[in-house]
Amino acid sequence: MSPSPENTETATLDIEGMTCASCAAAVEKSLSRAPGVQSALVNFATEKATVQYRPGQASPATLKEAVVNAGYGVAERAPDTSAADRQAEIDRQKALAYAKLKRRFWVAVGLAAVIMPLSMLMLWPAAMARVNMQWLNYGLLLLTLPVLLYSGREFYSSAWNGFRHRSANMDTLIAVGTGAAFLYSLAATVAPGFFVRHGLLPEVYYDTTATIIALILLGKVLELRAKTQTSAAIRSLMSLQAKTARLVRPGGQEVDVPIEQVQLGDVVLVRPGEKVATDGVVTDGQSAVDEAMLTGESLPVAKKAGDAVFGATLNKTGAFRFRVTKVGADTMLARIVKLVEDAQGSRAPIQRLADKVSAIFVPTVVVIAILTFVLWFDLAPVSTRLPLALTNFVAVLIIACPCALGLATPTAIMVSTGKGAEYGVLIRNAEALEKAHQVNTVLLDKTGTITRGEPAVTDFLPAPGHEAAPLLQLAAALERQSEHPLAEAVVRYADAQAAPALPAADFRAIEGKGAAATVDGRAVLIGNQRLLRDESVALSADLLQQAEQLLAQAKTVLYVAVAGQAVAVIGVADVVRETSKAAIQQLQALGIEVVMMTGDNARTAATVAAQVGIGRYFAEVLPGDKAAKVKELQAEGRTVAMVGDGINDAPALAQADIGLAMGGGTDVAMEAADITLMRSDLQGVVTAIALSRQTIRTIRQNLFFAFVYNTLGIPIAAGLLYPFFGWLLSPMLAAGAMALSSVSVLTNSLRLRSFSAKQ
Amino acid sequence: MDSSEIIVTIAGLALAAFVVWYFFFSARQTASAVSSSGGVQEVDITVKGGYSPDVIEVERGKPVQLHFYRDEENSCSEELLMPDFSVRRDLPAFQTTLVELLPQEAGRFDFTCGMGMLRGTLVVK
Repeated sequence: MSPSPENTETATLDIEGMTCASCAAAVEKSLSRAPGVQSALVNFATEKATVQYRPGQASPATLKEAVVNAGYGVAERAPDTSAADRQAEIDRQKALAYAKLKRRFWVAVGLAAVIMPLSMLMLWPAAMARVNMQWLNYGLLLLTLPVLLYSGREFYSSAWNGFRHRSANMDTLIAVGTGAAFLYSLAATVAPGFFVRHGLLPEVYYDTTATIIALILLGKVLELRAKTQTSAAIRSLMSLQAKTARLVRPGGQEVDVPIEQVQLGDVVLVRPGEKVATDGVVTDGQSAVDEAMLTGESLPVAKKAGDAVFGATLNKTGAFRFRVTKVGADTMLARIVKLVEDAQGSRAPIQRLADKVSAIFVPTVVVIAILTFVLWFDLAPVSTRLPLALTNFVAVLIIACPCALGLATPTAIMVSTGKGAEYGVLIRNAEALEKAHQVNTVLLDKTGTITRGEPAVTDFLPAPGHEAAPLLQLAAALERQSEHPLAEAVVRYADAQAAPALPAADFRAIEGKGAAATVDGRAVLIGNQRLLRDESVALSADLLQQAEQLLAQAKTVLYVAVAGQAVAVIGVADVVRETSKAAIQQLQALGIEVVMMTGDNARTAATVAAQVGIGRYFAEVLPGDKAAKVKELQAEGRTVAMVGDGINDAPALAQADIGLAMGGGTDVAMEAADITLMRSDLQGVVTAIALSRQTIRTIRQNLFFAFVYNTLGIPIAAGLLYPFFGWLLSPMLAAGAMALSSVSVLTNSLRLRSFSAKQ
Repeated sequence: MDSSEIIVTIAGLALAAFVVWYFFFSARQTASAVSSSGGVQEVDITVKGGYSPDVIEVERGKPVQLHFYRDEENSCSEELLMPDFSVRRDLPAFQTTLVELLPQEAGRFDFTCGMGMLRGTLVVK
């Protein structure tokens, strides 16, 4: 964003009372007419007005008056609580809930540890003879009650609340399962005579009830702990936000203010070792800034006046001042957090089946459990039919685990989008992440992706008998006056060589040929061969040969003449990034065909393609035809990822199965692309595709496990194997399996945290 | 088959039928959004073992504010997912969490808890 022209301020007002678009127009009109207002924009959907005004002539109070005059109101804005604060509050609540859950777990474990051995007494005839069964059962009942009412209360209340809403969840299964076991035991304790009269042993299942609750709580404790880690990445992103900024007042005094008070246009001082408070443009000073937290780039980036700096990055060596251009939700950090949050809330297509199953899972399991009870009751011998029907009914309810299904995909997506952000790879949504794993062809727009996207001087060749340094000074003096991209390349080259600047006079640009000026009293010409011909400057055989060589390397050649004599040739080319070749090799190693597309002629295209190891390329592609090339590859049956800078190639990015923009986070790129690469190098493409493949692998493992676990577990718990092997599943074992199943899925997803981009 | 087997079988089948009807086919509680003076459609939703109301009707093209009040501590409902709107939000217990949307297309969009057990539907007309 460019700094606002001569002393204007921007205010955002929350407008109240607008019912239609014409109201918005009325407010806008009233604001625009108020004194001191330069521009006013009212957004009906967000109910916000953005007003630019001159501070002397207008103030927030006068703006409010203008809105009220139009018949509407302005809401006082509550101080914005930052995302980090909100997250801190949620974390505090979660920590409390975790502590409470652990307490409930330990109470259940402690009591179950007493209940279990006491129940085993029954298996010991010698002990049985000395103990009054009736009293023992009452004792067990007393010990089990706290497990139910304290440790397990949440299951019952949740199941009941769910039932009232006609919804059923995991708690429903646990509540019905343990509730049935407990009620049966209660009846056997209070009225054993009734059981005996009907030829049944008055057996109790207090140990089953208590152990199930203890194990399920163990599962929940482990699950909660693991779940916190799935969102660790986004939490650490949020915590990067600086808390204060050192403002430089117009008088020159420095003052620390909370970050919320920093406004657009403020000047902020950053000293070595300090965090950059928010986004802005350096006004003076220079330094190296560590931007790894935003872009994944490990090397510090040099900053000088005019360069953009971003909030949350770390200043290393020097001190500098910058003018604030973005605050709050508009900063790069806030937008990255928003993008990652959005991605974590999105749904992957792979999840669809699991979603459908989850939706009907619990009621279906309840029905299966009821049928299990009926079948056992009808088919088992009369003396054991009730206990068998009951234990199998409970086992079916307890072993079924909808959580594993529900957690399989989202946890993997959360870990992996967070991991991507760590590497400067921002994934728009789960669908993009899923699609990226199918990519078998990567189409690279040459300029700006494989190459730096700006011409650079690669060769400066003086004619024999001339020295390079003084000639470069003359050339740079002329080119400093020019705005041509090639001229800028020459100036950058001269600056890099620390050539002293000379003044130039009589500058004139010669359309389509070059430029001329007088430097140091001498006439200097720089341009193409036509310029020299038109100005009747002869080329020596040496220079001609050197120029030929440069042209053969697909470079652009500039000719330099001083006082009517050709003295040097300059080779200019868009240089290939150092990392491009290695990244392309890695893509190829992943089994992906890399194709290049460029507007350059076939010769230049072939040279660059050979340089980076690309076999197939499209040359002389007009900007408007880029999307058509993507279509052409898709017509060959390929799944195409298109990599561009996000500015000139938005239609091609949209046409591709996956569009990756290497824009270093420009708005346009972030809008257009499925995946945004914060770092300007192709390594991010490798990271994105490798991460996607590993994530999908993890999700498949999770889904496979969850489906197989349930489809095997439920029939076994129902006693399907009993007729063949005599196997029955104890409800306590079922509880153990259930507790471990959701934890296994989570742990598998968390393995993605060890994903490394260097593979 | 003795008499208790017959009773258990009939009762069991009846119970199973009830479970199927109750959870899959019985009528749901529906609420239409109330438009505020500003043209924003607002709906209050209580989260307690489910969402009430759990079918919410709104008009398309107008901003929607959903106020979720989570009236329990049970961990099942701690997360809210609206995948069609890329929303994943933590709902702190005994607090109201505001979710803002701008539905552009008509249709039925599910929202669920973190594990897809509690369900509700946003109907955009």
